[in-house]
Parts: sequence; structure tokens; C-alpha cells
Amino acid sequence: MKFMLMMHAPRAGWKDAGIGTWPPADIQAHIAFMMRFHDELKQSGELVDAQGLAGPEEALVVRATAAGAPEVTDGPFAEAKEFLAGFWIVDVETKDQAYAIAARASAAPGKGGGPLNMPIEVRQVMSAPAQEG
Amino acid sequence: MTPVPESLLRELAPQVLGAVVRRYRDFAAAEDAVQEALLAAATQWPRDGLPANPRGWLIHVAARRLTDEIRAEIARRRRQAIVMLEMTPEAAPAPDAVSPTDQDDTLNLLVMCCHPALTRPSAIALTLRAVGGLTTAEIARAFLVPEATMAQRISRAKQAIKASGIPFSRPAPGELNARLDAVLHVLYLIFNEGYASSAGPALQRADLANEAIRLARELHAALPEHAETTGLLALLLLTDARRAARVGPAGELIPLAEQDRRRWDAAAIAEGVGLVSDALPRGAIGPYQLQAAIAAVHDEAATVADTDWPQILALYGLLERMSDNPMITLNRVVAQAMVQGPQAALAALAPLDTKGRLAGHHRLHSVRAHLLEMAGDREAAVEHYRIAAGKTASVPEQRYLLTQAARLATATA
Repeated sequence: MKFMLMMHAPRAGWKDAGIGTWPPADIQAHIAFMMRFHDELKQSGELVDAQGLAGPEEALVVRATAAGAPEVTDGPFAEAKEFLAGFWIVDVETKDQAYAIAARASAAPGKGGGPLNMPIEVRQVMSAPAQEG
Repeated sequence: MTPVPESLLRELAPQVLGAVVRRYRDFAAAEDAVQEALLAAATQWPRDGLPANPRGWLIHVAARRLTDEIRAEIARRRRQAIVMLEMTPEAAPAPDAVSPTDQDDTLNLLVMCCHPALTRPSAIALTLRAVGGLTTAEIARAFLVPEATMAQRISRAKQAIKASGIPFSRPAPGELNARLDAVLHVLYLIFNEGYASSAGPALQRADLANEAIRLARELHAALPEHAETTGLLALLLLTDARRAARVGPAGELIPLAEQDRRRWDAAAIAEGVGLVSDALPRGAIGPYQLQAAIAAVHDEAATVADTDWPQILALYGLLERMSDNPMITLNRVVAQAMVQGPQAALAALAPLDTKGRLAGHHRLHSVRAHLLEMAGDREAAVEHYRIAAGKTASVPEQRYLLTQAARLATATA
């Protein structure tokens, strides 16, 4: 079964308290952890896909107008407390395995080297119904 | 099991396709047949050994596939008629030595794949498959898209070529130059995709860069007198020469100024410098030659301080007059800072904020951050490094920019 693990980052402080304000060594440690984590998931055969998303400043929202043309506005979610920073899709045997992987991601090192314990949203990916008969 | 060098199949692909298209005239069908022949070779040759004439073998197999296809098609259309096809497998081209038309075929195929009716992504995919001999799966992997997506892109490209009705032949001389611009641009984009991918975690996808250089070499062999083709090959070699020094042990981006120049590829630099020195005096100066000349000035300098910045600034000035690419203006401004100091460069940057395609672009912010740092304004530099990091879509670049901001912020505190 496949799960999407979503990493949310707090929107408040993204610029003045986010990763860009950590000491260089802590940034390096965080990046090294994420690259190792990616490789480990690949080696274990559990990784389906993983992507980091560009910063929330560039987020836009598109709605179709009555004529079907795109109407582009700045992200209306400025009031949202968090933004999606990136995600992993993993293919595992049980839910518990997905939770265990999410916990590893959650404990990525942050400022000062301690675990961030950031929230990771875990959602099952829907699939076609199992074959009958 | 006899190992078959992968490069052999890649080299033969355009020769075989050229021969089959010349004979059967149907580019789309010939391209499919050659792909199947290449796949058959990849499984059969390691098992049965290399045939005496690999090129003849591939043409023979591709021709047989094509005639089978044509037979099936005719049978579908005219079920009741008994039609004997004259093109029997035995009539396939006899295995022979490499014919003198092979280089023309490569040129014709490149020109065909870079047809103006195609979007750039389609032209790139088709070029890699038809001329580069890569499988659809390999191309899909290189561009990080699902194989089905890439297969669809290639099939739509071939339909567009078919619909255009343009025959498989060398365009008239007047037309060739315009088409060559597209070919050079496609090769340049393939190289860039491999050298500095615009998105995704991997900084370099070396296979694509190598493939672009190989195809540029073939094009240069077919058109040794074409100065911009020579310029492009030189530019790719001179840029690729820095590949090993460009990435740190943790996969991080190392900018030109901080690279360990002992790790640059001296042979590639010598070849690139030779090519561009040969092309420039011929008179028909174009943007690829100028960019190659700039790369050569960098590559020949032992250190950043030793670099002939006034010459680089002059070359960017010439380049700027030839192209309206705002990235060239940004690079010119960086060179200007090295010659005239950061304040003059910051002043030159100001109009770009409000004007045109660069307004709000992450490169504008990262260049400004760099200049502010040079000028000693650390706080403003940190701010612009952070803005740039928030705007880039390249993971390695984002990491680099964040680290720059952190380094300066720590030094300020």
C-alpha cells in the first residue's frame, strides 16, 4: 500500500526563523540527513517518489473563469499557518511501516543539531479496487 | 556472454536510421523499426556475439521489421487482394562498409528532429531517440518523467513531422542556416539539462551532457566550416571541463570562483580553446563562439584574480548586442563588478528590477546579494540571498543560497 508523507513547515518565521537563519553547519547536517534518508528509502525499495517544492512566496492560485480562461491570483492561503514544503510517496506492507518512516523524517536535525520533531501528515494513496474472483 | 559497448549502438543508430529512411522514405515508421532493431541487438549480441558487420545487421533487421509492418498494413487495407511486396528481406541493403553518406545522414536527421513545427521538448526527445540512439525509457529517466509521458511526446513529434510533409533530405542552403540555429539550440539545451538541471535533486545528469557533446562532435564533423557549430562544441567542452570541480562531496554546488582548478579537465580545455581559436578569425562571429571565448578566458586563468576580467566584460558586451537574453546582462554585470567595483555593478542592476523578464527572478536577487556582499553590506546581502533561496526551483541552488545567507548572518552576529 502506498502512502504520501507530507512535510509541513510553519509559515510564520519561514523567512526570519526558518532554515535560512540556522548556522551553516546545521544546514549542512539537515541536508546530509535528507539525502541519506532518500538513499535509504531507495535502497530498501520503499521509495516511489519524493519532491521538494519551491518556496511559498512563489505560490499562485488558478481558477477557471466563466469562459474557461485561467485567472491567476496570489496564494489566498496567507492566513494558513503552514505550507507544504515537500513530500515522499512510499510503498510499504503495513500502515505501521509508513508511520515508522514518517517518524524518521520528523526527527530530521534542526537548529543546534537536535531533532525537529516536525509534523508529517500521512495519507494513504487511493488505488484501483482489488481484482475479484 | 560477449559485452557489447553501449557506445557502439549509439554511434550506429543515426547511420542505420539514415540508411533505412533513405530507402523507405517514411521517417516515423523507420524510426520505430530502428528502435526495435537496436533493442534486438542489445539482447542478441551479448548472447550470440557481435556480428561481422553490426551496421549491416541492424539495417537488415530494421528493414525486415519495416517490410513486415508494410505487409501487415497492406493486408489490413486490401484483405482480398494478393499482394506481393517487392521489398523482400533479401532485398534489404547488403552489409557493406560505412558509406560516405553517413555524416550527411546525421546532419539530415538532426535537422529533421529539430523541425520548426516541433516544441523544444519534443525536438529534444526525438533527437535523443533518433540520432542519439537512446531508448524511450532512458530519455524518460534523464528528464524525470514517466516513460508513458515520454513515449507520447515522441509519438506526437513524429506525427507532427509526418503532417508537415517535409521530405527526408537536406534543406536548401538558404533554409539550412535557419534550421541549424534550432539544431544548435536543441544540443545546447540537452547539455544544459544534463549539466545544470533546472529542477530536481541531482545537480548533474552526466549522460545527457556527454550525449550533447557527442552529437555536437558529429555535427562538427559534418560541417567543419560552420563557425557556430565549432563554437558550440568548444563551449560544451570548455564548460564540461569544470564538471568534477563543480560539485562538492555532499553534492553541493561550488561556484566558479571557489572551484579547485586543478580538478579541471586540461585535455578538454585544450581541445575547446583550439576549436574556438580556429573559429573566431573566420569572421562569422555568433553567440556560441562568444560564450566559448568567455569560457576559454575563465578556463585559462590559474586563479580568479588572474582572470582577464576586462576581456570577459568586453566579450559580454558584444554578446549582449547579439541577443536579448537578460541572463547575459546579469553575467555582464558580474564581470563589471570585477572590473569597475560593486557599486558600479549595483547601479547597472537597478533598471532590471522594473524592466522585463528578470523582475523578481531569483538570479537577479542572487547576483544582487553577491554584489552587496562585495560592497560590504552584509545585512542586505543576507536578505537577498534568502529571497533568492525562496524563489529558485533548483534544490542544489537553494541549498547553496541558504548556506551563503547562513554564513554571512553568522559572521554578522
